[in-house]
Amino acid sequence: MRMLDELIADTPTFAGLDPAHLELIAGCARNEHVGAGALLMREGEAADRFFLIRRGVVALEVDAPGRGPMRIQTLHEGEVVGWSWLFAPFRWHVDGRALESCGLVAFDGACLRGKCEDDHDLGYELMRRFAAVVIDRLQGSQLQLLDLYGRAPASA
Amino acid sequence: MVPAPFEVLAKRRRTEDTWTFELQPRSREPFEFAPGQFTMLSAGGSGEVPMSICGDPDEPERLVHTVRSLGLATQAVCEAEPGQVMSVRGPFGRPWPLEAVEGADVVIAAGGIGLPPLRPAILRMLARRERYGRLVLLYSGRTPDQLLFMEDLADWSGRGLEVLLTVDSAGPDWLGHVGVVTRLIRPARLETENLVAMSCGPEVMMRFMLSALGDSGVRSDRMYVSMERNMQCGIGHCGHCQLGPTLLCRDGPVCRWSEIAPWLGVREL
Repeated sequence: MRMLDELIADTPTFAGLDPAHLELIAGCARNEHVGAGALLMREGEAADRFFLIRRGVVALEVDAPGRGPMRIQTLHEGEVVGWSWLFAPFRWHVDGRALESCGLVAFDGACLRGKCEDDHDLGYELMRRFAAVVIDRLQGSQLQLLDLYGRAPASA
Repeated sequence: MVPAPFEVLAKRRRTEDTWTFELQPRSREPFEFAPGQFTMLSAGGSGEVPMSICGDPDEPERLVHTVRSLGLATQAVCEAEPGQVMSVRGPFGRPWPLEAVEGADVVIAAGGIGLPPLRPAILRMLARRERYGRLVLLYSGRTPDQLLFMEDLADWSGRGLEVLLTVDSAGPDWLGHVGVVTRLIRPARLETENLVAMSCGPEVMMRFMLSALGDSGVRSDRMYVSMERNMQCGIGHCGHCQLGPTLLCRDGPVCRWSEIAPWLGVREL
């Protein structure tokens, strides 16, 4: 059976981390399983956890009045769910829902933030890596906002 | 090139503004074409519009076009009904290099109305399935109900095409991917060493997609795009579709990415 730090190290966000840092991160993590439909995070609530998907699919949703939940992105095996735990005001911006039975690594964000305060090298590494996650999501959102497949003006 | 009369045999609605037409030449002669080629299509005297052929190249007795109503000429085409006659010139242009890429894995990246120009290539490769390695389709659309040829996708999946779909946004009923098309690259688990990419869709989408594939290790001279510009004559005489040194109606619409990409970065073109 693989240890948590090995599982974590085998994902794009955490690959190449110093083993001592991996051990610190794994100390704030545990395995979790959730069923289809489970709400992992809810917009506006405290972002005190985040997740790594080992198996399954998680959807990020925004609840629009009169329209119901709008799915804006899906996250898959090996991807991180949630970055708001690392940046003030530590509140979720969207809902996160398991679309199927999911195997997750759940991290205690408050625990990790404390370790980042104590060890700024760890803090820098996590900040750098989660900035990449934020940038990836931001660039995706920018392209989605362009509405590339909508009705472009044309002469034909 | 003199326009030839084609009769509308059948019309099928794909989305609220997109229709597929089956046309038959009045001459009854087969309309031979290569996957990726286009025609200049006109209906109701509203002017010609370049339109990629989306039918099966092994069924030349029918000319099939899928048309989105975006302007006067395409609106006139979309309003045509069975029995009406359209005028057709062509086929024109350079096709997808299907024979040259035999033996390779092929990833097909399509966005929105960019799937129809790739459909003949998919049908041809599936008809000669043993000549190719992995065939992977990464297809993106605005919403689930805007994805085209869903019944074909199910059929193609059963014939050796791996299909990954994503949409920009969706309601709770959609259980597939949501997000930009580049996010399909990772779950596709592509081996880039012997990979060829073919892409058609909005130009911004192709730019980001091929850039991401390049970052994954695909060589830019092994990536092809189908380009759209203001094609008018169809035979490289009028120059309206010029992009840098390329006359897209004659030298395209299918272009090697390494040759065309530098010109897409020139904003005034």
